[in-house]
Amino acid sequence: MTEYEVLLQQVITGLSNGMIIALIALGYTMVYGIVELINFAHGDLFMLGAFCALTILGTLGVGADASSAVTISTLVLLFTIVPIFCALVNWLVDRYAYRALRKAPRLAPLVSAIGVSFIFLNIGLFWGGLPMEVFNQGRTAAAPKDFPLLIGNQNLFGDSVIQFTEKDLLVFVITIPLMLLLTYIVRYTKLGKAMRAVSQNPIAAQLMGINVNQIIGTTFIIGGALGGFSSVIYSLYNNTIYFQMGYRVGIDAFTAAVLGGIGSLPGAVLGGLLIGLIRAMSDQYIASQWTNVLVFSILILALTFKPSGLLGRTVKEKV
Amino acid sequence: MKTYKKTTASIFITIILLLVSSLHAEETIRIVSSLPRTGSANAQTTSMVNGIKMAIDEQGGKIADFKIVYEDWDDASPERGQWDPAVEASNADKAIRNPEVMAYIGTYNSGAAKISMPKLNQAGLLMVSPANTWPGLTKTGIGEANEPLVYRPSGKVSYFRIVPTDEIQGAVAAQWSAELGAKRIFILHDRELYGKGVAEMYKRSAPKYGLDVVGFEGIDGKSSNYRSLVVKIRQKNPDLVYFGGTTQSNAGQIVKDLRSAGLKVKFMVPDGCFENSFIDSAGKENLEGMTYITFGGVPAAQLTGKGKTFYENYKKKFGIEPESYAAYGYEAAQVALHGIRQANKRDRAAVIAAVAGIKDFDGVLGNWSFDKEGDTSLKTISGNVVTNGKFEFSKLLGN
Repeated sequence: MTEYEVLLQQVITGLSNGMIIALIALGYTMVYGIVELINFAHGDLFMLGAFCALTILGTLGVGADASSAVTISTLVLLFTIVPIFCALVNWLVDRYAYRALRKAPRLAPLVSAIGVSFIFLNIGLFWGGLPMEVFNQGRTAAAPKDFPLLIGNQNLFGDSVIQFTEKDLLVFVITIPLMLLLTYIVRYTKLGKAMRAVSQNPIAAQLMGINVNQIIGTTFIIGGALGGFSSVIYSLYNNTIYFQMGYRVGIDAFTAAVLGGIGSLPGAVLGGLLIGLIRAMSDQYIASQWTNVLVFSILILALTFKPSGLLGRTVKEKV
Repeated sequence: MKTYKKTTASIFITIILLLVSSLHAEETIRIVSSLPRTGSANAQTTSMVNGIKMAIDEQGGKIADFKIVYEDWDDASPERGQWDPAVEASNADKAIRNPEVMAYIGTYNSGAAKISMPKLNQAGLLMVSPANTWPGLTKTGIGEANEPLVYRPSGKVSYFRIVPTDEIQGAVAAQWSAELGAKRIFILHDRELYGKGVAEMYKRSAPKYGLDVVGFEGIDGKSSNYRSLVVKIRQKNPDLVYFGGTTQSNAGQIVKDLRSAGLKVKFMVPDGCFENSFIDSAGKENLEGMTYITFGGVPAAQLTGKGKTFYENYKKKFGIEPESYAAYGYEAAQVALHGIRQANKRDRAAVIAAVAGIKDFDGVLGNWSFDKEGDTSLKTISGNVVTNGKFEFSKLLGN
């Protein structure tokens, strides 16, 4: 491989990973934008989504050797059930853990979010540790689980040394329309208008006849569904899931959201892509043991010079 | 008068009962183990705990007049998913505080041993590890300059292990790679005490066998994938990738990413991956015929003599194949029981002295002795491969 080919390959890898991070970051940023709550449970919700997907596959008995018709219908099923599952769970969390704390000091819902995150983590530990042999998907230990290779590693560029696989394609094909759809909803629909109103001033929005709790609930539903989509994409792309992945992926996504400007949708996408690219470049040109250091150094630098994030608006702190 | 007699009698009986019960309490000896029971090492540690239970059951739960009680402690936390320094430290303290505890079996991870070793040594409590392989815990001149003295604040040896250490494993792994015809080696490690240690030992021995190390990198064991690193590996075009790490530090994902980039290189790992969870997480089609695992000892099914009896009994008792470390759990418990039997009193120092004196121990792992640093005389390392989605013994290494 020439230097140029290596660079190109790393850009592809970085963008694919970045897209997945961006999709999860959107879940963080949406909730923050509307209730100013850092929903720490989002990463673990994402993990539960992945286990939900694996359980569906196990129950149906679909593996890497399934015919293409079966694979496609299974994919449709996964992309329907898992987002619904995650949306429902996220809505329930808002309804029963956060709604009661709307008027409480900022710290209270934050601590609740950490609590919910631990509950999810332990559910995942239990779920991943169950004797899944019935589903023929691994043994009882809460070890990393192999997620069947439904989307192959076929290089779409044929025999070229540059690899752009079916998996990379999947990431782009699912993520980009989702992002466009989200932008459309927030910018151009009545619901989006209500969301923006609640985010700017909940009391004024309520006076205008907007059902604030309903709008916040809907935001959680959309955020959860995005988490569900990203967990299916992640599982299909990486083919390994385990109960702790939510924490790690969550940190990356949260960093992306902050880097791009938390509360800003295009910011989250930009932040995600940047982090994906930085990681890839650092792995290639520095050394992988410095990757995390580099990512967080850049975050600190960016926040020092532009505290609101790259695309964030400077908002006056509400008292 | 009559009532007075009755009262005296009942008081008398009560005193006797109290005496008997207190005598009885004195007869209990506790053996505890501290292993990561939460998280992905669970299958491996369950099998070790089974081994310990088996050894104690075979004695009828009694040695001389002592009732042996075993307690299975967890040194992992769900947040970390593997051993947790805070939990390991509190386990050690808990064991020290209970005067009935005569033996501490553990730990699984060498990093965890670093925490409990000095505490237990200070308190003079026997520690037997079935699985720690970092040489520095007992050997001078391989690890840090202050090792192993830093783990022995009392100046005496109270820590013993029944597995060969990593400098042996790393060296034979390099030798085996050369035998397999590999020339260009890319080494990865998970930056943990065990993984980095064994990778460095491998690197050190590589030139001796004519191997060319084309890369040496620490990875993040929790990363979601290693695709960008794989691009770098592709560029160097190695014949074999060696990963110093465990199933918990993502060995499965690395091999998956190598294969998905179409890289058909050999993949060699140390015994931290010698558990079925590794095959489960990597997916057997990614490992088939191209994966090599070194292990400090021989797999349970290959044991002979007493070891073979152990293997048969284990399968009969628990209805499953033992994981690789089951026999080590069993042997560690045998060592502790031997110490208690020889000491024949509830005295921690006497138990340690008895264990330190072990020579020509006729155990399931063979016939072995402890040297003055607490290391086993066994140096057997086996090479294993993955065939038909299962580990298969390939050959004895390093002889």
